[in-house]
Amino acid sequence: MAEVELRVNGTSSRVQLDPRVSLLDALRERLRLTGTKKGCDQGACGACTVLVDGERILACLALAVQYGGREITTVEGLGRPGRLHPLQEAFIRFDGFQCGFCTSGQICSAVGMLAEHRAGVPSVVTPRLAATATPLSEAEIRERMSGNLCRCGAYDGIVDAIQHVAGVDDRAATAEPAADR
Amino acid sequence: MTRAPERSRPAPPTPSPAQAVGRPLDRVDGPAKTAGLARYTADHHVPDLAHAALVHATVARGRITGLDTADAEAVGGVLAVLTHHNAPRMTPPAPVSALDLSTLAPGTTVDYLNTDRVHWNGQPVAVVVADSPDTARQAARLVRVTYEVEPAVTDFAAAQDDAVPLRGTLLVLGEERTGDAERALATAPVVVDHRYTTPAQSHHAMEPHATVAVWNGDRLTVHEGSQDVDWARRHLARRFGVPLAGVRVLSPHVGGGFGGKAPVWAGTVLTVLAARATGRAVRMVLSREDVIRTVGGRTPTVQRVALGAQRDGTLTALLHTGVSQVGRVGGTPEPVGSQSRHLYAAPHIWIRHSTTTLDVLPTAHMRAPGEAVGTFALESAVDELAVALGMDPVELRMRNEPDRDPLDGKRFSRRDLRAAYARGAERFGWAERTPSPRSMRDGHWLVGRGVATAFHLPVRLPADVTVRLRADGTVLVRCAFHEIGVGAATAQTQVAADALGVPVEAVTVEHGDTELPVGPQAGGSGQTASVATALLEACEELKRSVLALARRSPSSPLRGRRLSELRAGRGGLYRADAPDRGETYGVILTRAGRAEIEVRTAAGTRLGRTLQQARAAAGWFRDRRRWVRAVTGAHFCEVRVDEHTGEVRVSRWLGVFDVGRVVNPKTATSQLRGGIVMGIGAALSEETLVDPRTGRTVNPGLAEYHVPVQADLPRIEVDYLDEPDPTTPLGLLGVGEVGITGVAAAVANAVHHATGVRVRDLPVTLDRLL
Ligand code: FES
Ligand code: FES
Repeated sequence: MAEVELRVNGTSSRVQLDPRVSLLDALRERLRLTGTKKGCDQGACGACTVLVDGERILACLALAVQYGGREITTVEGLGRPGRLHPLQEAFIRFDGFQCGFCTSGQICSAVGMLAEHRAGVPSVVTPRLAATATPLSEAEIRERMSGNLCRCGAYDGIVDAIQHVAGVDDRAATAEPAADR
Repeated sequence: MTRAPERSRPAPPTPSPAQAVGRPLDRVDGPAKTAGLARYTADHHVPDLAHAALVHATVARGRITGLDTADAEAVGGVLAVLTHHNAPRMTPPAPVSALDLSTLAPGTTVDYLNTDRVHWNGQPVAVVVADSPDTARQAARLVRVTYEVEPAVTDFAAAQDDAVPLRGTLLVLGEERTGDAERALATAPVVVDHRYTTPAQSHHAMEPHATVAVWNGDRLTVHEGSQDVDWARRHLARRFGVPLAGVRVLSPHVGGGFGGKAPVWAGTVLTVLAARATGRAVRMVLSREDVIRTVGGRTPTVQRVALGAQRDGTLTALLHTGVSQVGRVGGTPEPVGSQSRHLYAAPHIWIRHSTTTLDVLPTAHMRAPGEAVGTFALESAVDELAVALGMDPVELRMRNEPDRDPLDGKRFSRRDLRAAYARGAERFGWAERTPSPRSMRDGHWLVGRGVATAFHLPVRLPADVTVRLRADGTVLVRCAFHEIGVGAATAQTQVAADALGVPVEAVTVEHGDTELPVGPQAGGSGQTASVATALLEACEELKRSVLALARRSPSSPLRGRRLSELRAGRGGLYRADAPDRGETYGVILTRAGRAEIEVRTAAGTRLGRTLQQARAAAGWFRDRRRWVRAVTGAHFCEVRVDEHTGEVRVSRWLGVFDVGRVVNPKTATSQLRGGIVMGIGAALSEETLVDPRTGRTVNPGLAEYHVPVQADLPRIEVDYLDEPDPTTPLGLLGVGEVGITGVAAAVANAVHHATGVRVRDLPVTLDRLL
């Protein structure tokens, strides 16, 4: 057993853990923060994405004991009904989900992705790696969000929601996504 | 909660019958789902919870000869290792009966842990229960099993000769024919005749199957992500020999299903068994691998489509035969010729389905069983015929568009595929396509465009609902339907709001719990229309009851009025001829001294339910005799194929659908898109690989089974005609499955246009293009 202090969504808790326990299981089973989902437990789906010091990671591939003292944010920490995070609101407005199982991971991933983009981190589709500020095109979003699977296929709504929050696309900001006609 | 602004409307002079239906309202569960507060099965913590893990057989067929559980039992925290030696006895599954559809519930007929027989590679042979999931899993790996191996048939491709033609029944599509297709083929001036194959596929809902089981004496509470809580409840009551009334199954949120969560699989039964055996509440969350080893997926198919035509494109013969697979211990054949019975006006048609039986995990329905893979073969063949004729593939389809059902002359309840193609061709710019293969390119990308028809037959199922109207004007709708991501509660909120003339904010819908009136399965694209039918009936009944209350009061402006003279709106009933004369439900109920009033469709009694089922079944058969009720669509696809590597990218998509009335354009669009996305996966990457020697699935995870990701997809444009079906309440049909049908053919047809290479075996991977 190891003891670790987990700081999640601004609250600290000391937990005794088997050192083999993943951050995902620690969040879900010990802290009862079940918003973060387990879709595969092997780094293949992105459902478990959380933010650590503002960066997105896969909680199923992280050992909880390694994250003592780090600032962890889960979907529950982003916003609550009535006080939703802009991305949470945009996911609703642009229908960026169906069953909702991948949604927590998508939203955390999108928050982390937008921060990466702001910081000038390039992706494989970025045309000029040296450029400081590349626009967040639809292709950039699709590339950068490809670690988050959605079997319901809500991908277009997710792109629209992210574009809307990033303020990069007037069409997404004004069009009713469902109209599509 | 974010609500669309159009709801805060001013009171209209005449209450209109449709305020909410047809609007792109946000999902009612949006805030809970985006904030991570919606509870799925694995999120349930109950007191004194233990955890279970499965041990899978590693042979395809045989008998267990030895079980060494000592090492597993020695692990600290292990509570029990259950095998066929020590597991409590259960009642075996009931034989399938058309009189009780819940007998279709079990995914397999295996009496898990009550037998030493092994029927497929992956069958659970032991369950470990421990105080943590990790301990259970660790110990499960330490269980050693020896087998007496028996010969097994596990190679679908090699088992084709043993395929047996299916006899048609109430539940299974067999052989159908009109005219003499083979003779007509022999004399047709132009013939295409080819073999098409599709691989096994897996649902891979993002939520792995999970169960939480809590016994309290003979009462059982189960949390389960399910597409049919009523089936689950009935099956579990039978297996464990307890009264049905004591079994409750809760499934308020389901993390995707696509057919994979309609049957009851081993994990569910064994979690309940583990809880029974240990006296603890038990949760079992299947790993992705467990899911693939124990939850059946879509069968592989081998199909033959032969088309005969005149030189002007008029079809004379259509032959479609197909072989699908079932397991020796269960499984569902795929009626791959389903759409071929209805799509083209050929005078000679022959459809035949056969199955071959293997020692593998039984197959299960997956989104649009039959049509999803059947349209690949048929719509590829139609494209091949267009090429052979030198004719535009849209024009060829329109030339053979039937006015009545080609098989037996029944009417279509509605069908306007012509309009779907016309609108699609216009929007997509189909006319700009140059017909010959390899004639369009963009640098090193070969560009191709293809079309294919989508087709599905939505089902109708009985449903029971209660509607409660309170004096404060709020409404509670209760029905044990399922929210697997379709926006079911949102749609019924809209239906109830319009039927009663109240704002959508006033309506709450409860679902996914067997304590509620029995709802339909989330399957066959029938849930929304089936529940809406019952809900409309209940709302009529409710308004009648409210009117009866109002008419008792001499002061009521509704006194002496009949319901047919009134309109529901503004939270009450108003006269159609004098819209300002009427009163709100609140006024009527308060004056009558009633806090609330509730109505229920059919009955909660057994007799009531039997009568209701009989009525529903009779209605369904009557409808089937009278007309073909189908949804159709036209897919337009553009691909780019790298001329050096063979990489295929889908670069544009448009689907135009004729799906009847749309309750909610936002959620319906998402569902149609989701089907197209899954179809693109089937077209380009999805394949469950089974080692033909051992029957073992070798890619039981999302790293090796490739579902489409963002970077694989263009924007998916979706459009629909939004014309009500004249034969259904509200004009609803069903949108859940039609999206996936035709997609793989549209891709393969576009790939042929781009490259000149015809791929008749899915998925269209780059090795097939080089
Ligand atoms: S659960 Fe972590 S990536 Fe799938
Ligand atoms: S919303 Fe169901 S998997 Fe994404």
